[in-house]
Amino acid sequence: MTAVVMKGISKAFGGVKALDNVDFAVMLGEIHALLGGNGAGKSTILKVLNGVHRPDAGTIVVGGVALTTHTPEASRAAGIAMNFQEMSLIPTLSVAQNIFLTREARTARGFLDDAACEKKAAEIFAMLEVKVDPKAVVGTLGAGQKQLTEIAKAISQSSKVLILDEPSTALAVSDVDRLFTFLRKLKAQGVAVIYVSHRMDEIARIADRATILRDGKHVITAPLSDLPIDTMIEHIVGKRSKGLADVQRGAVTRGEVLLEARSLSGVHKPHDVSFALHRGEVLGLAGLLGSGRSSLARVIAGIEPATAGELRIRGEVVSIRKPADAIQAGVALVPEARATQGIIPAHSVASNIVLAVLNRISAKGVVDRAKAQKITDNMIAQLQIKTASRDHAVSTLSGGNQQKVVIGKWLATDPDILVLDEPTAGIDIGSKSEIIRLVRDLAAQGKGIVMISSELSELLTACDRILVMADGRAHQMIDRATLDDPAEPDLGHRLQAAERQLQIEIQKALSQETPHG
Amino acid sequence: MAERIPAFLANWRQNIIYIGFVVIFVIFALTLSDKGFLNPTNLLNIIRQTAMIAVMAVVMTFVLASGEIDLSIGAVAGLTTVTVAMTIAVAGPFAGVMAGVATGIAVGCFNGWLTTRIGIPSFLTTLAMMGIAKGVAMWISDTAAVPILSPGYSWAFGGGSIGPVPVLLFWMLVAGALGHFVLRRTGFGRRVLATGGGETAARYSGIDTANIKFKVLVLSSFAAAIAGMLYAGRLQSGRFQLGEGDELSVIAAAVLGGTSLFGGKGTVVGTIVGALMIGLINNGLILMGLEFSQQLIARGAIIIFAVALSQKRA
Repeated sequence: MTAVVMKGISKAFGGVKALDNVDFAVMLGEIHALLGGNGAGKSTILKVLNGVHRPDAGTIVVGGVALTTHTPEASRAAGIAMNFQEMSLIPTLSVAQNIFLTREARTARGFLDDAACEKKAAEIFAMLEVKVDPKAVVGTLGAGQKQLTEIAKAISQSSKVLILDEPSTALAVSDVDRLFTFLRKLKAQGVAVIYVSHRMDEIARIADRATILRDGKHVITAPLSDLPIDTMIEHIVGKRSKGLADVQRGAVTRGEVLLEARSLSGVHKPHDVSFALHRGEVLGLAGLLGSGRSSLARVIAGIEPATAGELRIRGEVVSIRKPADAIQAGVALVPEARATQGIIPAHSVASNIVLAVLNRISAKGVVDRAKAQKITDNMIAQLQIKTASRDHAVSTLSGGNQQKVVIGKWLATDPDILVLDEPTAGIDIGSKSEIIRLVRDLAAQGKGIVMISSELSELLTACDRILVMADGRAHQMIDRATLDDPAEPDLGHRLQAAERQLQIEIQKALSQETPHG
Repeated sequence: MAERIPAFLANWRQNIIYIGFVVIFVIFALTLSDKGFLNPTNLLNIIRQTAMIAVMAVVMTFVLASGEIDLSIGAVAGLTTVTVAMTIAVAGPFAGVMAGVATGIAVGCFNGWLTTRIGIPSFLTTLAMMGIAKGVAMWISDTAAVPILSPGYSWAFGGGSIGPVPVLLFWMLVAGALGHFVLRRTGFGRRVLATGGGETAARYSGIDTANIKFKVLVLSSFAAAIAGMLYAGRLQSGRFQLGEGDELSVIAAAVLGGTSLFGGKGTVVGTIVGALMIGLINNGLILMGLEFSQQLIARGAIIIFAVALSQKRA
């Protein structure tokens, strides 16, 4: 018996095909893993099923009935429930109020009955054998408790199809075990569970079958018994990386140590991380969501406080308490969310680029326009920013060129150390290799660069060494060269093999952290 | 009850409005007793002066909790006094009340439509409406006061008392009880809090947030119209100046009572106490014999102090 049959689903966003003629079917009483790299289309197909996105083409049948209206309410009525990775929680309401929002328990007269909701919420948490206070206000909870609330909200709908999108990123190991026990119970009751995770060890434990997507296309659907972890990774990675393989890494001349972390810890993450970054090298941080990569970057840049350990810059212990301290010490962070943290889209290229150095180019509070123009023109030339003029709004530029403006803004502060958090997110493949070439060039000019990317092929192309992280800890430092098989003549194949190898190391780091996993 | 008191004091920042109200009341009672502060007539006067603000503030709690704001209420109250008085003059008190309700609902629908369908932020919509409502009131009344010669209307809408108790107290209590109940115990109230607490999340949960905001803005103008009718009844006339500037007292009352300007949080009980506190401060400062200029400064300082105390330190 099939619970869900999606046939020929296509969906494009502004000309970019997120899903291309994808078939996806889930049986009643099975746990079906949905796998794929970033941009493979997992979230999109789930949002289509859940009614958030309307498909451009294709049909959806749920429990034998065709789904013709594409709204969250219609999908819910058809028996589909999904967690939204914290997107569907209201911080000012309590846990119980959130779980039963729009489906509140009523008294005989039709008024809200919070006490009954709290009781029902407590029952759900008891069933999951986890401790969450139904009366607690969601905004005061930690990430793990929020995630459990999300999960409780999804399962409270007693739906026939339960979609869990990365439900375990913030959960403790013991809570994941309890969730799995519960999912097996649901499965026995005939519920279809769609489970998305990047953790292959989890998939191997819980899923019956898996569907793998890549670049918006269906690759394979098979029982887990036919999909050992390295086969899964092979299907996920596929033959991608075109355009990246020909970026030359060239010879590295490592200079003195620029940045050194000794047992550095943050509030939650990172935990006890040590590494050294040399002049002229690109150091990659690899790991899954929640591994502590971005937290480490934010601690270095002074956005989050360090709670233990020390940070040395050019051999001297520095105390970085706020972003201004980091800038002073020669550290610049190019943040992850370009549109909100990196640029002011409505302002011109010039005013964005000089934003971080306004003090330096101002005399008595008046900005020296000649200096500002010189800096901007230098950056436009050096980074090859394609813009109609320095006075055009940044919003008129392509994603790749917007990213160059952000990088240019921080280069203007003349940092020794540049931290790039997901510098290629949301830009096309051509611009991606251009950004990576730029990163290599900057390192060659004597900067030290820390780069975070979820795209392993990019890390492998850009970096000289890669630090693998999991659960806030550093697991191992891999020399990029050791991942290459010199016997493989084709650069593209060589990159693919290296990507598979790195993926395996990341998964290994996870299972070390979860011994019974 | 006994074990709830320590918890109440432990969350003193959250409950500052109640503590502050008691503290200010005690201070005035001790220092102004010889000036008749505790005199029942004086205390009932505070109620009379606070009722209109309180009625509007009850609904302002909903507006702010949904993440919107309504600056037009003072002007809408003024406009309503004029439409009610003019209608009573030609068609009697029943028609007058209908005209008042219609004024509120019409303005509210327009505010709601502009905000939720056209997409103009409510701050701007209602700022513009403030001027329009005042202009219309001045225009149709020729800027003159319109007398109301209906004793029945005046009694029911703010002028009368039952024994020593002013009718306005009942209006305030009914508005407060109704508002508290709707916000806490109905699906609508919960959806209002959800809309202001996290609009995207509320939409993903199947809440029509535009519809909620529309309804809240209509209710807000409706409450302003009720307040206008109370002004008209109490002063037995309609004038465009009535209610002028009330929006600031109303917003202050709600915020003093713990309602968040950023949405998602609010209690009607807190708002009512906030309104009473503003009335209490006004009354006490007058009894102290301060000049109007000094009253303004003292009132502003007390409000800033109370709100500052309620802020959580980072």
